[in-house]
Amino acid sequence: MALERWFRRSRPTRSDDDTSPAGLWLKCESCSAQIYRKDLVANLYLCPECGHHYRMPVDARIASLADEGTFERWSGRLAPTDPLEFVDTEPYPERMERVQQKQGRPDAIVSGAASLNGEPIALVVMDFFFAGGSMGSVVGEEIARAAERAAAEDRSLVVITASGGARMQEGALSLMQMAKTTVALEELTERRLPFVSVLTDPTTGGVTASFATLGDVILAEPHALICFAGPRVIQQTIKQDLPEGFQRAEFLLKKGMLDDVVPRDRLKEALGTTLRLLRGGAKVSEPEESHVATV
Amino acid sequence: MSLPFEKPILDLEAKIRDMRTYAEEQEMDLAEEIALLEARLERLKAQTFERLTRWQRVQVARAAGRPTGLDYVAHVFEGFRELHGDRTLGDDPAVVTGLAELGGESLVVIAQQKGRDTKENIHRNFGMSHPSGYRKAMRMFDLADKFGLPVVTLIDTPGAYPGIAAEEQGQAWVIAASIQRMSRLRVPAIAVVIGEGGSGGALAIGVANRVLILENATYSVISPESCAAILWRDAAEAPRAAEALKLTARDLRELEIVDRVIDEPIGGAHRDPAAAMDAVGVALRAELDALRGSTPEDLLRGRRARFRRLGRFVEIDAAA
Repeated sequence: MALERWFRRSRPTRSDDDTSPAGLWLKCESCSAQIYRKDLVANLYLCPECGHHYRMPVDARIASLADEGTFERWSGRLAPTDPLEFVDTEPYPERMERVQQKQGRPDAIVSGAASLNGEPIALVVMDFFFAGGSMGSVVGEEIARAAERAAAEDRSLVVITASGGARMQEGALSLMQMAKTTVALEELTERRLPFVSVLTDPTTGGVTASFATLGDVILAEPHALICFAGPRVIQQTIKQDLPEGFQRAEFLLKKGMLDDVVPRDRLKEALGTTLRLLRGGAKVSEPEESHVATV
Repeated sequence: MSLPFEKPILDLEAKIRDMRTYAEEQEMDLAEEIALLEARLERLKAQTFERLTRWQRVQVARAAGRPTGLDYVAHVFEGFRELHGDRTLGDDPAVVTGLAELGGESLVVIAQQKGRDTKENIHRNFGMSHPSGYRKAMRMFDLADKFGLPVVTLIDTPGAYPGIAAEEQGQAWVIAASIQRMSRLRVPAIAVVIGEGGSGGALAIGVANRVLILENATYSVISPESCAAILWRDAAEAPRAAEALKLTARDLRELEIVDRVIDEPIGGAHRDPAAAMDAVGVALRAELDALRGSTPEDLLRGRRARFRRLGRFVEIDAAA
């Protein structure tokens, strides 16, 4: 628990993990209903009136998916450095220290072992409230290690993504995490262990363009923004309005890019069933020596 | 067209030309003076290019007249046979693919192609691929594996195209798939960043056993302009962003992201394209020779290990 202390919040804060405005009550950004904050939290961060999906803090996410008392944390022993000596409006190390204090962890990711409806999994959850869930060396390494350890321990891999993309402050090293995470997934492929990717709001840039869309099964939460280039970038490029619902989960489901859009209160069940079915094969054929024949 | 910092060089070159003309017209012997100026010119070029800021290198990487993918294809390889189309959506002119020979050996070439003039730039979409381009590249990876042909990729793109159709057709999905497919090649693969290595759109064909970069080329997670727009809310801060991003060949070598930097002729590849392309040809032959004895399994494992290692972080001591 020494690690927990290392990243102990300097002062108790109410809603660091919370995108909604302060106060006991808030107005739903989708249906405008008055919501009692405790009801929102108790309801998996779904609006009790309209079901609007608010961004969910990591701990709540883990609690909502892992069978009670089964989550054992793997991550937390890796911390970012400042290989580029990057300074924007403030030096990168200072930015990181501030976010580490706020979020109580060394970087934008938590991984660990769990069981999910009895299925042995490695659960990886990205923290959008930590520097926009951006992927630098630590996030990439934690994902790679989780994939490799899952393979070694005969677990399926479940990743809940939420990320603005690659972390600019680590430059091309961040870009390389796209390749690193991708090659680490091969360990699972070789052992024919499932990788299910769950895309939540928002999943963009280098995360979408690497491991996130390499799931054997790709699920998404309702209305989640999922894209390579963000809507603003596209708008600036083409100088046109974007179609209604563009880059949202439902739109991408229609375009054939997702296996399903699953509301949060049914996600655990959907994952459990999917994993059980994927792993329930008779394994009639040996894995091909080379899995490269088709893409 | 010249770059701002090239002006003193071009001025001096003009002066030498004038002096030569004058000497001829007047039938005077100015050989000594001209030789002095030429020596000064070489020093000036060397000094200028030694001291380029990162932003200036970005400008060299994008300079008009810098050899493009197709220039390399014509100059470095023999008998290029272009192969079109992704068999699904169409044929993306921003990526040129096909078969060719290098030193008598067949291989697969995949080149990102910017235009050499406005008309070609529009046709090539400024080297920004749609999903179709990455699908075409993946088809080439299949072909390479099937026939045991080495793969050479030439990277030169501002990035994958950010447009409506590109997103609808799964730009992120095909980039991820291309990264994965390339990482699975069982043949030698060499990537050369010849100009701009723009983010995921570059990495999609950059998962090679050896990654080379030209001295004045860049490879970055984001363009300096976009980075500046996000961090300082002002694209005019691009020079500052270029410094911060450490995107030059030398920086990338230090970060172990590239394996080898190929020297350009003094003054940059755009001032002497043939010399730059020759240097790439020599480097490619050497790299292919070095990989020739490797087994498919070695090539696959080696490539995976190369990318698995990348990143900088610290392990926290649990007792701290």
